[in-house]
Amino acid sequence: MHCLWCDQKILPEVTWLTFLTPHKIKVLCEECKEKFSFIVGPVCIRCNRPMEGKGKTCYDCERWIAQNPSLECNISVFEYNSFMQEVISKWKYRGDYVLAELFREDVQQRFDEAFSHLNNLVVVPIPLSEERLQERGFNQAEAIASFVNYPSENAIKRIHTEKQSKKSRKERMTSTNPFQIQKPQRSTIVLIDDIYTTGRTLHHAAEVLKLSGAQEVHAFTLIRG
Amino acid sequence: MKFAQVISSLYSYFNSSFDWIPSTSTAKSHSPNVYPSLSGKLLLEKEVEMNKEEKEMLLSQGLLQRVPVIEDYVWGYLCRRCGNKKRRWFAGLPCDCGEECVYCRNCIEMGRVSTSSHFLVWTGSEPKWINDHVLKWDGELTFYQKRASEEIKSAIDSKNDLLVWAVCGAGKTEMLFEGLSHALAEGKRVCIATPRADVVKELFPRFQEVLPYVDMVALYGGSQHVDEGAQLVLSTTHQLLRYAQAFDVLIIDEVDAFPFYADSSLLWASRRAKKKESATIYLTATPRIRFKILSKLKKLQTVFVPQRFHGHPLPVPQFVSCFGWKSSLDKNTLPRKFKSWLHEKEAGTRRVLVFAPTIALAEQLADLIPNGVYVHSEDENRDEKVQQFREHEISILISTSILERGVTFPSIDVAVFHAGHRNFDEAALVQIVGRAGRSASDPNGDVVFFHDGKSEAMVEARYSILNMNDRSRKGER
Repeated sequence: MHCLWCDQKILPEVTWLTFLTPHKIKVLCEECKEKFSFIVGPVCIRCNRPMEGKGKTCYDCERWIAQNPSLECNISVFEYNSFMQEVISKWKYRGDYVLAELFREDVQQRFDEAFSHLNNLVVVPIPLSEERLQERGFNQAEAIASFVNYPSENAIKRIHTEKQSKKSRKERMTSTNPFQIQKPQRSTIVLIDDIYTTGRTLHHAAEVLKLSGAQEVHAFTLIRG
Repeated sequence: MKFAQVISSLYSYFNSSFDWIPSTSTAKSHSPNVYPSLSGKLLLEKEVEMNKEEKEMLLSQGLLQRVPVIEDYVWGYLCRRCGNKKRRWFAGLPCDCGEECVYCRNCIEMGRVSTSSHFLVWTGSEPKWINDHVLKWDGELTFYQKRASEEIKSAIDSKNDLLVWAVCGAGKTEMLFEGLSHALAEGKRVCIATPRADVVKELFPRFQEVLPYVDMVALYGGSQHVDEGAQLVLSTTHQLLRYAQAFDVLIIDEVDAFPFYADSSLLWASRRAKKKESATIYLTATPRIRFKILSKLKKLQTVFVPQRFHGHPLPVPQFVSCFGWKSSLDKNTLPRKFKSWLHEKEAGTRRVLVFAPTIALAEQLADLIPNGVYVHSEDENRDEKVQQFREHEISILISTSILERGVTFPSIDVAVFHAGHRNFDEAALVQIVGRAGRSASDPNGDVVFFHDGKSEAMVEARYSILNMNDRSRKGER
């Protein structure tokens, strides 16, 4: 076995536990694994941003609440750090599709922890525009959604706009809604995306879904930026 | 039938022949070459800038051919761009075509290629270059340089491989001039490749000066130049990943330098970049073991240049034992022997270059040596400091291995601190010794290895220097 990120050989340690239980395949070496930073400790109850004090909402979410948002809350797995930036840029922009495997286990675990109490769950990955999909070859949100053991629906469609990551905060917050409904859903929805930065994209998507009859809209993102 | 196919694919897999590259057919040679920039290149379909109708027309005429990038074998894949065959460096990707495509992870930094990607290879005629080049150089070659120069010329003529084993400071570039201008005059396409981008930057103006009428281009990561069908291509070995059967003569300078010897895809690309019948000339002062063996077995023709251009022998390193350097450094003092050597040097006029095996150690030494400055690979002011050292503004420079190759400072003495460290292999040590005594006006230099126990690399390095000096004294082959 070799580490999927650094290609270092992974030597499985032998203990009674690993000897007696079924063999588990590791994709990352210990060194690389340590470079990821999980979200732990107190967070904003709406957007999962790490912050001081338990059970509070952050300043940005206060502003969202004032607009009567359609999105209930966001759950993320990782914090953004320089290592994550490297991995994401190779995965998304270079197009090294297989790197999604790095996240499989943690995504599954975190998703089940957060949403297993909800019934009739449908997962909706944030779509890419036709042009962007052509360019990239795959949709990173769909890759994350495929790790989750719930039915996935391409309920919305995106019209081509400038990349969010190329815009300033102000431009992002005032941008028009790029989503259109394709298949209206009646049940509870968990939107899936790779990163939550200002939350603008996810709130736009939630709005469209809610208007077409969704019961509740939550969000699940890989990274809280 | 099936069996025969498997056998033939097995053969091509292990032999890594480049039969998949469509050859430029001579029958079509009457067609004018309107696309000199495509000749000899290995470009992806999306990298070729051309409108659709034009492309379709050229494809139907057979002047362009579509070649799949990833070769599919029963047991695995081969990436034709980077030569990757490792199973784990290929991965699946859901694709538009409905099926799962396989892409190469090894060369993904150059843009992803998958089983659905194709190269567009130009199969029309090659560009023709004007043939009356004049070499504008009137320097004199030494006896050894002249001999090497003639060997290079005859290797180019007979399309053979040649190893030029020339000591540091032998004047390798000058030895190339004769053969180069000869090859260029015959209308041959030549590439001079080297693993290091700074060597390309340094060589380009020199060649422009001596071969002023030649169409030449310098390619390295971040360069603004584009090869529009130049006859002489100066490039880093990485850039060869974009060429296929392009060159009649391939000259690889510093074959033993990083990353060329460590990266099998570069070696593979360099073999692909030259034509089936071509000459390859390897230049090095410190060949790695593979070349040494080939040379010894007479499988690779070798010419030695055991003497520096100024005719003086290489300085022979002195070994000075310096046990307990660690504890002296812990006490914030320099080891006694090292200190007294430095004092002696400070009295003289030469500057001192100290090599340390690691950045941490270089930093520690710089703290303890008054007016000592250190540089390392990630130093932002690296070029500035080196320039200051050159201009005598800094008298003691402490460096990690980054200055071991390619730099020339007149009149310096060299010390290697902790020479037994495993970062200093034989090649590195020989190169370091080669930094001293480079100018004709001051051809001597003091080289000292401070160690706490000789390493094999140190002994080998000294042996190889003595051997070269011996050859030069005897004036033999």
